[in-house]
Amino acid sequence: MATSTPDYPIEAALEIQSVKGKRIEQRLGFEDYLRRFLFILVGLGFYLFLIYPLFRGLARSFQNKTGEFIGLENYINYFSSATTSTSLTNSLYISAMSTVFTVLLAFLYAYGLSRMMIPGRRILRMIALLPIFIPSLVQALALIYVFGNNGVFTRLAGINIHLYGSTGIIISEAFYAFPHAFIIIAASLALADARLYEAAESLRTKGWRMFTTVTLSSARYGLMSAAFVVFTLAITDFGAPKVVGGNFDVLATDIYNKVVGQQNFEMGATISTLLLIPALIAFILDRIVQRRQVAAVSVGITPMTPRPHHPVAQWGIYALMLLIAVFILSIYGIVLMGAFTRYWPYDLSLTLRNFTFYVAGTQHRGGAFVVLWTSIKMAFWTAVAGTIIVFCSAYLIEKTRGISTTRSVLYLLSIAPLAIPGMVLGLSYIFTFNNPASPLNFLYGTLAILVISSIVHYYSVPFLTAMTSLKQLDPEFEAISESLNAPFYRTFWRVTMPVTLPAIISIASYFFLNAMVTLSAVVFLFVPGKELASLSVMLLDDAGETAQAMAMALLIIVVGFLVRGLFFLLTHGVERRTQAWTKR
Amino acid sequence: MDKRNAGDTEPYLVIRNITKTFGELVALNDISLAVHEGEFVCLLGPSGCGKTTLLRIIAGLEQQNVGQIFQAGKDISRLPPRNRDFGIVFQSYALFPNLTAAENIAYGLENRKVPKKAVDEKVTELLNLIGLPDVGKKYPAQLSGGQQQRVALARALATSPGLLLLDEPLSALDARVRISLRLEIKHLQEQLGVTTVFVTHDQEEALVMADRIVVMNQGTIEQVGTPEQIYRSPASPYVADFVGMMNFIPVETMDTLDKVKLGSLMLRCFLPEDFKPGRPATVAIRPEEIRLVAENGPGPNTLKVTVSELEFLGSFCRLTCKLHQEDRTSLVVEVSDNRMRELSLDIGHDLCLYLPPELIRVYPEQVAI
Repeated sequence: MATSTPDYPIEAALEIQSVKGKRIEQRLGFEDYLRRFLFILVGLGFYLFLIYPLFRGLARSFQNKTGEFIGLENYINYFSSATTSTSLTNSLYISAMSTVFTVLLAFLYAYGLSRMMIPGRRILRMIALLPIFIPSLVQALALIYVFGNNGVFTRLAGINIHLYGSTGIIISEAFYAFPHAFIIIAASLALADARLYEAAESLRTKGWRMFTTVTLSSARYGLMSAAFVVFTLAITDFGAPKVVGGNFDVLATDIYNKVVGQQNFEMGATISTLLLIPALIAFILDRIVQRRQVAAVSVGITPMTPRPHHPVAQWGIYALMLLIAVFILSIYGIVLMGAFTRYWPYDLSLTLRNFTFYVAGTQHRGGAFVVLWTSIKMAFWTAVAGTIIVFCSAYLIEKTRGISTTRSVLYLLSIAPLAIPGMVLGLSYIFTFNNPASPLNFLYGTLAILVISSIVHYYSVPFLTAMTSLKQLDPEFEAISESLNAPFYRTFWRVTMPVTLPAIISIASYFFLNAMVTLSAVVFLFVPGKELASLSVMLLDDAGETAQAMAMALLIIVVGFLVRGLFFLLTHGVERRTQAWTKR
Repeated sequence: MDKRNAGDTEPYLVIRNITKTFGELVALNDISLAVHEGEFVCLLGPSGCGKTTLLRIIAGLEQQNVGQIFQAGKDISRLPPRNRDFGIVFQSYALFPNLTAAENIAYGLENRKVPKKAVDEKVTELLNLIGLPDVGKKYPAQLSGGQQQRVALARALATSPGLLLLDEPLSALDARVRISLRLEIKHLQEQLGVTTVFVTHDQEEALVMADRIVVMNQGTIEQVGTPEQIYRSPASPYVADFVGMMNFIPVETMDTLDKVKLGSLMLRCFLPEDFKPGRPATVAIRPEEIRLVAENGPGPNTLKVTVSELEFLGSFCRLTCKLHQEDRTSLVVEVSDNRMRELSLDIGHDLCLYLPPELIRVYPEQVAI
């Protein structure tokens, strides 16, 4: 019931009229058209480099060699022969096993670090994160040096653990995925509320019951999330099974063998699709779990501090942590030694010969550095282009009013690459770009296609980083600048970018470091003369030149460290410069 | 732009039949409102009543489904925010963290290609106006909440907009700062004469600052009026309850328009002329309007009560009193601390309360108490 006051002739001024029916839309100006144009560009990019290639790959799995549609025949063929269909069960087996081991170890490690009063926490934390940018095949190579038939351990201890096959793959994957699981679990442990423990303690809850009802319960989403991530990493990984798998076929190596070995693209596409399914399921489950976790996090928690534990638990976990740390460090040690050793383990004299990098059949005469330089160029352009594209599209998606359907579709497409195994993406790129009829054929065999595939493959994590940091900005900045008549690109340049610079730097660093070590997405896409460093490790190992592979791996690791140092200094510099406006 | 007095025939801002839905939820249902030039209007209501949505529609930050908005005689219904003429201040300040206070204030001027010297002069003038002449070189993080909100206000005013929109600008501040800043904003607004729409859920803020208050509830306007009108003659129990405290007493009406029945008692009051008698109704009276009278004089509209609860609130006390005749009904009465001492009142004491007939409002519905 609206009542007007007598001194204001409101009713007269309003001439109340019922305007029903058509929705009123805002008039569009130059900026709106610019935004829409940019949206179309992003959408087109997704179409050309994600949706269309994947569709081509999927379609190929329903075709025979001549391109005729044959329905499910390829799938039936795969499952009917016992020798081929083992790759699926093998993949599931090694992924499940490495998931169990990795999550268990990473949880104990993270728990020890965040909750126990143990010495050397800082250094142990750093060591846990070390393997994050070592390609999985390097972990596998290092394992061979220790546990292989002629490995140090095997020879000295006289025990052969029969590394080649599932054992080697599981150990490699476990350590390859360890830092990823560790980060997620550590974050979820950090979210635990000390007040919960105080409340439980005031109710006289005892140690083990406390652990199960409070600790595990509050970390459960983190544990689940970590499990899905490890599972996905393990099942999609190509490097470790390639090096240490022996005759133990997994889906990723199976695709490679079918495509590169037998030129059977259709079967490659079929197995690709089979690989996509578990990855997709893990991805969807992970999204559900993460949504729950967000809902479960309360505002303003009181963080936990380390507290005394039962000595047996404390020192038992500490011993395990030290063991893991030593193991991780020894991988680096072995790579270092391997790179400078003439012929492991028979001739341990030092040499620089491994860096000259001469393999019969490859076209490089300039040594390892030529290949390394190609990799650095590729990683550089991936970082530059990837950062710009990811950040701008995240900005458009997060900071545009209206057109919410378009925005949520693009959001979904942006996180979809998390579920696409690199092998699947790489193979689908062959179908799309290595095709004389395709208008995008000109990209094939160029550095650009390697850059594009790396950007798409690693798109999601930087995208989520960008979204997180954009969400932290006041949502009214855009409203304010509109009211002040400032075009959005001006506020983007003057406010949004400077304020989110640390996130932008970390995005660039993520792209660069991953592009340096990527293998699965580019293994189908390189052409002779455009080998990347990580590929060379594989090719050299294939050719039996293990020492040279080690040398190459060492160079990748060194570049990784240098770049990480560089980005660290950059972040540090930015933070110093912006201290005035972030701190009182 | 010539200044017109409030009360002139042509309002500065006219909102006509605005309806806005978010999916199934109707955020605003056929809202119409007129604001005069230079007027300070408060949109008051609980969270979720649609007041912020209405403000954002005026700014063009949300788009109404139906309805029109006119500003200075121009239809702005379909204009994007950048083509409208307003300055806005948010609860969160939304100052650009990497720009100094002066740069923040200058931000809008620079977009209008104002010469550098003129910008500097304007910034200095505004910093003086908000009483912070020395903070120009400081970053927002180095300012207190109240200072930040003043800078945000200066930024909104820098381009001399025709309309100032304030979205709960004081809600994030400490109580003390809030009280001083609300007067400052009010004075500033009077000084500049800028038409202002202010959104708040705080009735005290609305009463102190507004020329007119628009009380909103669930996407509709409950009442529009000056603070006195809203407080003294609330148009509905909802308004009466939301603004200030109110005693609601269920009564039965009779076939006359000058009294109602409260149990076995008669209560004199003035019913509206269109009132349909013979139905249950609710009478309402504010705690401070009830008078304490000497115990020996029960006359008309005087109720015998016993004090059942006592809240000490500094300068006054709030008594909850049970009626002797109708012990299911109780009244809240506010008594000044002086009077309390005179009467040396305490829990369990008996009192007589007088309800002035001219202050009793009657609503034709039953109110859940």
